[in-house]
Amino acid sequence: MDVILPQILNGLDKGSAYALIALGLTLIFGTLGVVNFAHGALFMIGAFCSVSLSRILNLSYVTEDPTQTDFLGKPLKVETPYLEAWFGPEFGGALIDWSVPLAILFSIPIMILVGLVMERGLIKHFYKRPHADQILVTFGLAIILQELVRGIYGANPIQTPAPDMFRGSIDFGAMLGFDPNVIIYPYWRMIYFFFSAVVIGGVFAFLQFTTFGMVVRAGMADRETVGLLGINIDRRFTIMFAIAAVVAGWAGVMYAPINAPNYHMGMDFLVLSFVVVVVGGMGSLPGAVAAGFLLGILESFASMTAVKEILDGIDQIIIYLVAIIILLTRPRGLMGKKGVMED
Amino acid sequence: MTKSNLTRRGVLKSGAVAGAGVALPTIFTASSAAAYTNEPTGGTVTLGFNVPQTGPYAEEGLDELRAQELAVEHLNGMGDGGMMNTFSSKALKGNGILGKKVEFVTGDTQTKSDAARASAKSMIEKDGAIMINGGSSSGVAIAVQGLCQDAGVIFMAGLTHSNDTTGKDKKANGFRHFFNGYMSGAALAPVLAKEYGTDRRAYHLTADYTWGWTQQESVAAATEAMGWETVNNVLTPLAATDFSSYITPVLNSGADVLVLNHYGGNMVNSLTNAVQFGLRDKMVNGKQFEIVVPLYSELMAEGAGANVQGVIGSMNWNWQLTDEGTKAFVKSFGEKYGRPPSGSAHTCYVQTLLYADACERAGTFNPCGVAEALEGFEFDGMGNGPTLYRADDHQCFKDVLVMKGKDNPANKFDLLEIVEVTPRAQVEYAPDHPMFAGGDLGKCNPGA
Repeated sequence: MDVILPQILNGLDKGSAYALIALGLTLIFGTLGVVNFAHGALFMIGAFCSVSLSRILNLSYVTEDPTQTDFLGKPLKVETPYLEAWFGPEFGGALIDWSVPLAILFSIPIMILVGLVMERGLIKHFYKRPHADQILVTFGLAIILQELVRGIYGANPIQTPAPDMFRGSIDFGAMLGFDPNVIIYPYWRMIYFFFSAVVIGGVFAFLQFTTFGMVVRAGMADRETVGLLGINIDRRFTIMFAIAAVVAGWAGVMYAPINAPNYHMGMDFLVLSFVVVVVGGMGSLPGAVAAGFLLGILESFASMTAVKEILDGIDQIIIYLVAIIILLTRPRGLMGKKGVMED
Repeated sequence: MTKSNLTRRGVLKSGAVAGAGVALPTIFTASSAAAYTNEPTGGTVTLGFNVPQTGPYAEEGLDELRAQELAVEHLNGMGDGGMMNTFSSKALKGNGILGKKVEFVTGDTQTKSDAARASAKSMIEKDGAIMINGGSSSGVAIAVQGLCQDAGVIFMAGLTHSNDTTGKDKKANGFRHFFNGYMSGAALAPVLAKEYGTDRRAYHLTADYTWGWTQQESVAAATEAMGWETVNNVLTPLAATDFSSYITPVLNSGADVLVLNHYGGNMVNSLTNAVQFGLRDKMVNGKQFEIVVPLYSELMAEGAGANVQGVIGSMNWNWQLTDEGTKAFVKSFGEKYGRPPSGSAHTCYVQTLLYADACERAGTFNPCGVAEALEGFEFDGMGNGPTLYRADDHQCFKDVLVMKGKDNPANKFDLLEIVEVTPRAQVEYAPDHPMFAGGDLGKCNPGA
């Protein structure tokens, strides 16, 4: 149990990221019928919202310290954040320290704007085009976005730590009666899992219990009939695109302390998230979430030494292997509906 | 009226021969007029700088490129001359190489072997590059070294740390200034034994490619010789981004040291994950748990941020050294670019000067003459103390640095401190050492 439990926990946080990205992908596919290969880039932009806010809050003025020298032997330039100068080291420092949680709010207008520009400016022109065209154009867009980010922030990963109070880890083993220091889980990963659960629950509640959500669901089921009722379904679908962008962005914002953001992180998650969507069933929101967690946990188990000793390299192919098995036995995925992407 | 001898069959035959000739890559067909590939005929000579300009190591590539540009400036007599003033060889005069003005072209390796070969090939074939320098990956270095051997140009490797580059994959046209996995292990082991004791149990996470394998083998052998036990070695995919599932088994493995045979983004993420999982705060077997990163770079340390604090690793060179060569290079580089040079920048700069110096001493650009001048060349004043370019395998032998992450860095360039300068004698090995066995240097290829 002390070997299995940590892998389940690891799978949960990895699965959380997959589930959030796959949820957004499915929302876009279910509403607009677009296969959006730029969705991973939205996740990456979200992570860089954390980086950007951290840098904004860290904006500093420079003074020279004559008692110290830099690498060229000149007086050392010491940077002091404006926030610390204005509000004192304690409050100013706390604001800087909390840059990642604050970035959840900071990212909302940015992700909505990016989502709307992406949908209105490019993707809407491809609604009636074949899925292959959509994949090509959105993949190209993803590359452009990641190169833009690389141009601005460089190729190096940028550390964006969680607030100081969440940087430690919890000894699950000791709590559950195992030896101490055997099952350890970082606080921030736990927060990430709960955050994902809240966001996923919020999206489902929004679609299930609001009039807007009801109309969107009706539009997903029969777009034409909803349109004939005089409802501007396109406008609502555009809003759903923006919501999906915010969900992907939030996944990235909160992921920043787990692994230092880099310009390529969207691509790293994109392919796996698509597999998640396909395994869950194209167009199925619960399927995307379930498959996200399932594949996240399986991927963690496949990384165990005992498993790798049985089949070397299984950790690199497990997700695709499971996808093949599921698609062979359930061609529409775990919760896929008849008729979706079957024309 | 003249009678034509043209026949349908004859035209077809001639066409086929001509077509085959055109189709044959020009890289492998030296002109009969030239003694060697891309022999300079005008007043200039072109060097090819093949570095990652896109992809995950683009920052490192950028720093290499800065250093290479600086080297060209110094070779052409511009700037303050940098290490040319401290270099023990006085063959370089600041008037280019052999009186020809130095120009350069750049290629983007993308840190992919096929892309790196393509860009090197293009620089040799289309731009007339006489040599290729740079790069940030052993996989890339080995691939480009093979291409340069076939093309008949000199390859001055950049950042490549796998034993194989000057081991089983060594080539007569390839030269490595950078240190290697064996040297890291030999330098680190005594320091690790001194800092953490000889009764330790190490768990290795290793990037699953040539560099990771040879570094792991080297570090495990060196630490085991000091009394450490290697508990496990887990190979991790190069494409991995989250290492949590590889790190959690460490917790109940009985290991009290984690060795991360990772580089670049892999290292930044695996170290970050290890710190997140509280490994640095753990007590195991009555000892403080420790993390070791055998190969450090300044840019990686910058990416890992505070996570490197207290973590020991090794480097080929660091800007904090106080010898005259280092001071001259740091001054030149720092004043031009506003930041201290990285280790990979240093090695590319030095390689460019060493190549130019070898041409001057040989009195030719012919790769075989240059190779002969480099083989067995003893020099000093380039930041690493007395250095030998060994003839047997084209590997440089010099001091190795053991570094440690600083607890209270003053700024973003001040993340690492030098713990020890390991003398060259301690990291030397025989040319037929088993870790470097299996290769054949072969013969120099001038391409003609």
